[in-house]
Amino acid sequence: MSNAASDAPAELAKIPLDALHRRLGARMAPFAGYDMPLQYDKGIVAEHLHTRSAASLFDVSHMGQAILAGEGAARLLETLTPGDLIGLAPGRTRYTQFLNQPGGILDDLMVTRLPGNDERLLLIVNAATKAKDFALLTARLPQLRLQILDQRALLALQGPQAPQALRALLPGVEDMQFMDWRAFNYMNETVFVSRSGYTGEDGYEVSVPVALVEDFALRLLEQADVAPAGLGARDSLRLEAGLCLYGHDIDETTDPVEAGLAWSIGKRRRAEGGFPGFARIRAALVDGPPRRRVGLLPQTKAPVREGAPLFAPDGRDVGRVTSGGFSPSLSIPIAMGYVAHEFCDGGARLVTQLRGKEIEMRVTPLPFVPHRYARKDVK
Amino acid sequence: MTDARFTKDHEYVRVSEGVGVVGISDFAQSQLGDIVYVELPAVGAKINKGEQLATVESVKSANEVYAPVSGEVVEVNSDLENAPASVNEDPLGKGWFVKLRLTDESELASLMDASAYEGFIKTL
Repeated sequence: MSNAASDAPAELAKIPLDALHRRLGARMAPFAGYDMPLQYDKGIVAEHLHTRSAASLFDVSHMGQAILAGEGAARLLETLTPGDLIGLAPGRTRYTQFLNQPGGILDDLMVTRLPGNDERLLLIVNAATKAKDFALLTARLPQLRLQILDQRALLALQGPQAPQALRALLPGVEDMQFMDWRAFNYMNETVFVSRSGYTGEDGYEVSVPVALVEDFALRLLEQADVAPAGLGARDSLRLEAGLCLYGHDIDETTDPVEAGLAWSIGKRRRAEGGFPGFARIRAALVDGPPRRRVGLLPQTKAPVREGAPLFAPDGRDVGRVTSGGFSPSLSIPIAMGYVAHEFCDGGARLVTQLRGKEIEMRVTPLPFVPHRYARKDVK
Repeated sequence: MTDARFTKDHEYVRVSEGVGVVGISDFAQSQLGDIVYVELPAVGAKINKGEQLATVESVKSANEVYAPVSGEVVEVNSDLENAPASVNEDPLGKGWFVKLRLTDESELASLMDASAYEGFIKTL
């Protein structure tokens, strides 16, 4: 038996809770240069379903955290991203992307306008791209100060029971709304909390000083309904939620409009531009992009994975799968990929090849599992 | 029936009267995690030792399963179509993959018995 995609051994960085994960029975695996918990004893399916029904604690300390500070920080960061950052209120978080000159995505990130008079933006970026992101910020925005928060761990508590569990440690988190950000005092240190995540569920991401993170994680795991979950479940959860994984569903060749991320491009930004790739992105917004990211339902029991080609009924090559796997919530294979615009409506039928067999792929709207964020307007 | 014999790639075969029951070891299923799909060959297929026999899909990945011995597929475990998790629950029992009519029983000599296999996986 063998897995074609096994990783080559390399020098791996350790996250602060490495020893705790091993004590909890984690199977560790390399991800973006870090030794990360892939799953615990109960396995990916159980961890996935527990997240949807209760609450799971994920360690995402490999991700990059930094504060970009200085006068005009929001205006200056807008020169690299299409998000409305000037309009971001203190204590609010927004999703955006770093773009290259042709409008491709260098990384996707969360930006929080920190409360206070100083203009400070908290950035959370992907692990694999954080060194490049920080180099880009230093080179392009030299008038701002970039403080890399490498003495902070990052935990995600996700699922319907997350507010209940986290309020036991940080009373008041239950009053936050989706994409709110607040600083809390915990054992005389400051933890940062945003009501956000990468699973489609309600939940939080909590930035904790490394010295406190073991205590913090253990106290969360003591709460009823909280269990640890690894990157395996994180991946299947985000796929069901239709969320992009950088380097797979989005990369330097995909623009935010074809990726289905036009919602993250501010209204003012669409009119004014002033970010890399504006010509391509404006054209895509006006005329529609030539291809789009869509949901795909393989008409088989076998998962159809990243890289599988997508053909029109007449045999033309019209797209490719960028993420594919098994949905534990729905008990069927699910996938996402890019398809030519004439096939991006729900119900369109495409074909892929899987181990020499033709498999029908039905285009379907995303997400596969509805989001359940804590939004005022949908309550 | 002989005891199961194992390959370094974590397949097993248990032979009785020239027919071997083939599957993957308990170690293999635990490494794969939750198994969601098993693709099996057609009855009648002739497969040489070391060639691909099946594909097992976990939540995370697709993995090839090789024939531990040469032979002709005389039966496949069609229960796996609706219950692939039996490979996790009972890999050496209900989670078997195929039955092969062996073409060369002397190939068994190159495989490990259970205690040698136990020793082998401790070295991984």
